[in-house]
Amino acid sequence: MVIQALRRIGSKGVSFLETFGASGMFLFQSLFAMPNVRNNFPLLVKQIYSVGVMSLIIIMVSGFFIGMVLALQGYNILTRYGSEQALGQLVSLTLLRELGPVVAALLFAGRAGSALTAEIGLMKSTEQIAGLEMIGVDPLRRVIAPRFWAGVICMPVLAIIFSSVGIWGASLVGVDWLGVYSGSFWANMQDSVQFSDDVLNGVIKSIAFGFVITWIAVFQGYDTEPTSEGIGQATTRTVVYASLAILGLDFILTAVMFGDL
Amino acid sequence: MRIRTLEISVGAFMVAGFAALIFLALKVSGLTLEAAEESYEVSARFENIGGLTVRAKVTMAGVVIGRVSNIYLDKEDFVGVVEMEIYNQFDNLSIDSTASILTAGVLGEKYIGIVVGAEDDNLTDGDEIEDTQSALVLEDLISKFLFNKTQE
Repeated sequence: MVIQALRRIGSKGVSFLETFGASGMFLFQSLFAMPNVRNNFPLLVKQIYSVGVMSLIIIMVSGFFIGMVLALQGYNILTRYGSEQALGQLVSLTLLRELGPVVAALLFAGRAGSALTAEIGLMKSTEQIAGLEMIGVDPLRRVIAPRFWAGVICMPVLAIIFSSVGIWGASLVGVDWLGVYSGSFWANMQDSVQFSDDVLNGVIKSIAFGFVITWIAVFQGYDTEPTSEGIGQATTRTVVYASLAILGLDFILTAVMFGDL
Repeated sequence: MRIRTLEISVGAFMVAGFAALIFLALKVSGLTLEAAEESYEVSARFENIGGLTVRAKVTMAGVVIGRVSNIYLDKEDFVGVVEMEIYNQFDNLSIDSTASILTAGVLGEKYIGIVVGAEDDNLTDGDEIEDTQSALVLEDLISKFLFNKTQE
């Protein structure tokens, strides 16, 4: 009984290590698999289109609504202390430091990460990847690397757009609807937000998230069981793992950036 | 034709990202493209700086004329020394001006208010403002009030 349990734990541990090592090597290979920029650039543009441009609508709409909700909630609380002119400060710091990078990354994992996994998984199960290998094309270079880089490039751009649209939405609600004086709304924001700290740290966060999300997504796709059920499971795993990784990494990055660690 | 629309939309996407970054830089964090204003440095010694921070405003009659550049403790006299940069266009502050630490609103940020004096000589780079008024610390105020009450 005990020995069997031990054996099961051992084999679980070994297979975990194996997957982790395989994904690490996979990452390394696809990172350094882009020597021919001129040939691969059209591939990259195509992937930026499908990963970034197609995610733009959902990012902008949700950024807009989150900004408006923050403004409403913040106004309700701040007006109790008679300091509703601090609304711009509250909304902009929340969006730039936390919500912008994190929510954009969660949406990105659901919208683009799952699509990446399903696409690569289907390529694998219909043996397109094996076919590429047969004709002497490295699938890591041709299929994986452009998708990976597209994700890393798109994520910060999407997060910046998310924050901007959110702040715009907050100013619509706060200034135009609830009647916070627009001069103090923007001046308070400019007083408290520092470009090098708040904006750039948010960008660094979102680059890290983009890296992690696309790594998980392309590896899950590449590692999937080549069955329709396997693709479904891999897609689920991508969204779950990526979301957990985003939130955990966010805590670590916040502790390093803002927690004087 | 299909490929062209794809490339154009990717280009528009990247341009939108840059535009959003510029919006965040200029409108939200208030970066200005012009160089920092020329300034000269003046110091003042306070018994208690009470929560004043670097980059706080220096004002005269409510108008910003500079900012706090450095704060440290004088280890011999045990007073806080505040160094401030005052913009060069305000070069006619008399040498006996008064500096006091004030609070914006009840719980707002601390800033320095300067009231001009009557002397003919003006403050120049490296001078010290002699006449200062410390920050109002709420606990001191309350304890003084209680002390006076019990004396009565």
